[in-house]
Amino acid sequence: MNNLEELLVRGDKRAIARAITYAENYEEKAKEIIKKLYKRSGSAYIIGITGPPGVGKSTLTDKLVKNLIEKGNKIGVIAIDPTSPFTGGSILGDRIRMQDLSLHPNVYIRSMGTRGHLGGLSKGTYMATRILDIAGMDYVFIETVGVGQSEIDIVKIADTVVMVLAPGLGDDVQAIKAGIMEIGEIFVVNKSDREGSDKTVVELNMMLDLDDTKDWRPPVVKTIAYENKGINELIDKIFAHREYLIASGNLEKKRNQRLRMEIIETVKNKLMNNVFEKIQQKDFDFKLQEVIDKKIDPYTFADELYRDIFNKNL
Amino acid sequence: MERPIRVLVAKPGLDGHDRGAKVIARALREAGMEVIYTGLRQTPEQIVEAAIQEDVDVVALSILSGAHNTLFPKITKLLKERGVDDVLVIGGGVIPEEDIPFLKEHGIAEIFTPGTPTSAVIEYIKQHVKRAVEK
Ligand SMILES: Nc1nc2c(ncn2[C@@H]2O[C@H](COP(=O)(O)OP(=O)(O)OP(=O)(O)O)[C@@H](O)[C@H]2O)c(=O)[nH]1
Ligand SMILES: [Mg+2]
Repeated sequence: MNNLEELLVRGDKRAIARAITYAENYEEKAKEIIKKLYKRSGSAYIIGITGPPGVGKSTLTDKLVKNLIEKGNKIGVIAIDPTSPFTGGSILGDRIRMQDLSLHPNVYIRSMGTRGHLGGLSKGTYMATRILDIAGMDYVFIETVGVGQSEIDIVKIADTVVMVLAPGLGDDVQAIKAGIMEIGEIFVVNKSDREGSDKTVVELNMMLDLDDTKDWRPPVVKTIAYENKGINELIDKIFAHREYLIASGNLEKKRNQRLRMEIIETVKNKLMNNVFEKIQQKDFDFKLQEVIDKKIDPYTFADELYRDIFNKNL
Repeated sequence: MERPIRVLVAKPGLDGHDRGAKVIARALREAGMEVIYTGLRQTPEQIVEAAIQEDVDVVALSILSGAHNTLFPKITKLLKERGVDDVLVIGGGVIPEEDIPFLKEHGIAEIFTPGTPTSAVIEYIKQHVKRAVEK
């Protein structure tokens, strides 16, 4: 092990931070670390916290983490926010709600931008999660914004997905239910100090009762995150879900599926990189002009490009 | 391929509003940077810890309370103690001209006073980040 790797397995925060930087930039160094230390991973329990913007995901995460560190756990948090597709920039503001966790020796928090990756995760998320696992975290929280089916990659990476909603989303609950009902393994109605929370709970329960094919019926928990209310109950439900996953054999299935995804994602990202490098080159624009001028058709061009990149036919 | 520059925008001290910090945060985002925004009333210890955990290239400090002469050097000192030497630290806000040399002596690379266009800050950061952005 080199110095960084040694510090990493000891849970040193600077080492974790640098390793995650390698991961989010998709540098070879991140892979080198994981290749060497893979056997040390596998003990972290991964919790996804997702839901529409502003419902209180970060505040809730802050409280859940505080609860779990009191029980002696080490915790990593990855908070993912969308990157602007226009500028490539982003403002990552989830730490605001977790300020006093910053200095806790057993907590590490990292903000990530999606950087153009689809599905609501950053493409470095699998590696970053594994790095936190290697660093000895008992729990890894991943916060993502999710309002629909385009952002459901969180279910592929998390052991337990907590879907956070708030009252007053009203018709939105209808609108997004197609996207959310299959995702949540636990539903939270946060901001229960607000009017309409009971109605939201009833609506959710009705929708959840429609699907009686599953052997885990997602519970609905009411919370007031910034007053630390309902947090114990939510923790209990998370533990109950974990117990269910273990007892039913589904935890193993889920994790095998995650490994499959991790491998496929890595190859996919590499391929995409190759493609992007190609289309950034000058002859792409030149060829494109030929398509515009109708000298060749777009599909012939696509075939040629593919052959060019992969050395075989599309 | 280029990676985005990561900047921690932080407000040390007790002053109560963060309009200036938000303006700069947005401008940096528009310039394609990843801005980690931590909100009001940060202690130097919290700022340094956030900079380390987020592995940022730049720490941009914004202050209005007048406590810059104590808070800014405290932050650079803590960074040094933690062995962080590849982070660019810059400051902005209501800072009198005559305090600037003192702050620069204490590791603040540049000070931007009110009225500086955000484009100047962006340019400065791009020119002076210490870690490679090409990968
Ligand atoms: N009324 C009420 N407000 C809350 C509650 N929990 C959080 N908030 C507030 O809701 C706002 C958003 O909270 P966040 O925790 O940042 O929400 P978020 O879902 O992480 O937001 P994004 O990451 O921006 O999508 C903040 O002003 C919180 O103080 C609650 O239980 N009741
Ligand atoms: Mg948040």
